[in-house]
Amino acid sequence: MSHSAVSPLRVPLVDGGKDLARVSEDVCSPIEHGPTWMWYAAFALSSTVLAIGFFLVSDQIWTGIGTWGLNKSVGWAFDITNFVFWVGIGHAGTLISAILFLFRQRWRTAVNRSAEAMTLFAVMCAGVFPLIHMGRPWLAYWVFPYPNNMGPLWPNFRSPLLWDVFAISTYFTVSATFWYMGLLPDLALVAERARGLRRKLFRALSMGWDGSMRTWNHYEVLYLLLAALATPLVLSVHTIVSFDFATSILPGWHTTLFPPYFVDGAIFSGFAMVLTLMIIARKVMNFEDYITLRHIDAMCKITLATGLILELAYATEMFLAWYGANPYERFVFMNRLFGPMRWCYYTMLFCNVVAPQVLWFKRVRATPWLVFIVSILINVGMWLERFNIIAISLHRDFLPSSWVSYHPTYIEIGTLCGSFGLFFTAFLLFCRFLPMIAISEVKGVLGYARRTGEAVHGA
Amino acid sequence: MAPEFVVGAFKSESAIVAAAGKLRAQGRAIHDAYTPFPVHGLDEAMGLQRSILPYFCFAFGLSGLATALGFQLWSTVVYWPMNIGGKSFSAVPALIPIGFELTVLFAALGSVATLFALRGLSPMKTVDFSEFGSLNDRFVLVLRAKPGEASQLSRDLSSLGADKVQEVSAR
Repeated sequence: MSHSAVSPLRVPLVDGGKDLARVSEDVCSPIEHGPTWMWYAAFALSSTVLAIGFFLVSDQIWTGIGTWGLNKSVGWAFDITNFVFWVGIGHAGTLISAILFLFRQRWRTAVNRSAEAMTLFAVMCAGVFPLIHMGRPWLAYWVFPYPNNMGPLWPNFRSPLLWDVFAISTYFTVSATFWYMGLLPDLALVAERARGLRRKLFRALSMGWDGSMRTWNHYEVLYLLLAALATPLVLSVHTIVSFDFATSILPGWHTTLFPPYFVDGAIFSGFAMVLTLMIIARKVMNFEDYITLRHIDAMCKITLATGLILELAYATEMFLAWYGANPYERFVFMNRLFGPMRWCYYTMLFCNVVAPQVLWFKRVRATPWLVFIVSILINVGMWLERFNIIAISLHRDFLPSSWVSYHPTYIEIGTLCGSFGLFFTAFLLFCRFLPMIAISEVKGVLGYARRTGEAVHGA
Repeated sequence: MAPEFVVGAFKSESAIVAAAGKLRAQGRAIHDAYTPFPVHGLDEAMGLQRSILPYFCFAFGLSGLATALGFQLWSTVVYWPMNIGGKSFSAVPALIPIGFELTVLFAALGSVATLFALRGLSPMKTVDFSEFGSLNDRFVLVLRAKPGEASQLSRDLSSLGADKVQEVSAR
C-alpha cells in the first residue's frame, strides 16, 4: 500500500499541499489554543438544553413515567422512538470507521474520529431512554445476569429486550475501544507538544505510545481485527433492535423485513447526522482542507444509496401489506396513509424519499448549505419513521373499543430536546479536548495521489 | 560510558525503508524504528514477523461464545428451567444473539489486552526517542551499537540519508 503506487491521476485526499508537521499543527491547534466565541456560544446553548433535560428526567424518575402521555393502547411511543433514533444515528460512525476501512476507502481518515465520537455519544443518548422507561432506574442492574439472592434468578435469555441489553452494551464497549485505539498515537503527539500536567495526563492516556514500528506492526493487525469485528457487530445491533418489534405479533411490527430495513435506515440517518455535524465542524474548526467538498460528496452518495434502499423497503412493506391479504396488516397501513396521524407518514415520505433525491445533482452535493438542509430533513424524517412504526401501529389495535390517540407531554418533548443537549455538549467537549481528526491516519494518506512520497515529507 | 544506541532521523518514509533494507543486507540488526504513522514496507525491511494477534483474537472470541452459550444453557436448562410459552428449554436459536455479542466483546477486548501485554503499553510506560520528532514528522531508525562501533554506524546512517544522527547512551 505504498503511496507512490496510487495513480497520480487520482485526486489528493487532503488539500493545501500540507506536510507532516503542518498536519500535527493544524489538528492540535484548536485544542491547544482556547476555543472561539462560537464554541462558547454553542456550548452555552447545548449545556442549557442538557440541564433542562436533566431536570425533566429527574422529574419523571421522581414522579414516575405516568408523567408521559402513554395510555392503555399506546405503551411505547416517544421514549422508544428516541431510543431507536439515537441507536440508528450511531451506526454511521461504525460504518465509516469499520466498513469503509475494510473497503479501503481511504478518504474516511478525515472523518472517522469525529464520526466514531458521534457514535459513542449517540449510543449514550440512546441508553438513557430504556433506562428511564424502566421506571425504577436504580434497579437497572437487574437486566444483567449477576449472582443474586433471588434464587438466584436469571434474566430471560429468550427475550429480544435482553438481547438488546447485550447488543447495546457490547456495541458501546467495542466502539469505545476502537475509538480509543485510534486515539493512542494522537494522544502521544498531544502529550509530546504539551508541558506540565497536560503532558503527564495525555502521556498516561496514550499508554506510553512511542510510534515504535514493532508496535505499529501489531497495531495495524489489531485495527483490522477490530474493524472486522465491528462490522458484523453494527449490523447485529440494529437487527436486534428491530427484533424488539419483529418478534411480536402486532401488525405493522410483525415483519421479516425489519432487520435489513432497520440497519439500512440506521446508516441513512447516521450519515445525515454526520453530514450535519461535519458541515458545521469543518467551518467552525477551520478544517476545510481536511474535510473537503469531496468528502461531503462521497457521504452524500452513501446517503443517497442507503436512501434508495430505504425507499425500496417502504415500497416492499406497503406491497406486502396488500399482497399478504391479512386484514389487520392491511388496516395498519391504511391507517398510516389515511388515519388521524397521516401527516406523520406524509412528512416522513417527504423527508426520506423526496428530499434526498436532490443529492443526485453534483451541484447540490458541492453546496454545503443545501446538503445541510437535506441532512436536517432526513434527521426529522428518520425520527418520524420510528414514530410511525411504533406509536401509529399501536394506537389503533385489534379492538376498535381500545382505539385511542396519543399526545406527548411537554416532559417527553423536553426529554427528547435534552438528549440533543447531551449529544451536542459531549460532541463540543470532544472537539475542545481531543484531536478531532485522526492525525496519524491522515499523515498516512498525505502522499495519496501525489507523484512521490518525497515531495510531501520534505520539511 | 560508551554509547549504546545510534539514532538516525530521516525526513521521508522512502528514505527510512531504503536505509533499513540496506543495513539489514549488511547484516546489521535494527533495534527499532519510530514513525508518525505505520510505514508500509518498513516491517519487511526490518524483518518483522507477521503479528500473532489474530490467533489470540480467535481464542478470545471462542471463549466468549463458549461463555455465552454455556451460561445460557446452564441457567435455562439445568439450573432453573422456566416454561415460557411452552418453548423448548434448550432452543439454541434464541441463544444465538447473546452468543454472538459476547464473541465479539471478548475477541475485541482480548485482542486489545494482548497488544498492550505484548508491547508493554501502560500509563506508567516511559517514552524513548520521541525527542527526535518521531511522533510528529521524522522517521527515526535506532541501531544498537557494540563497543567501538558507534562512530562507524553514525557514518553509515549519514551516508544513507539521515539528516540528523546522534549517539545515545543507555536509557
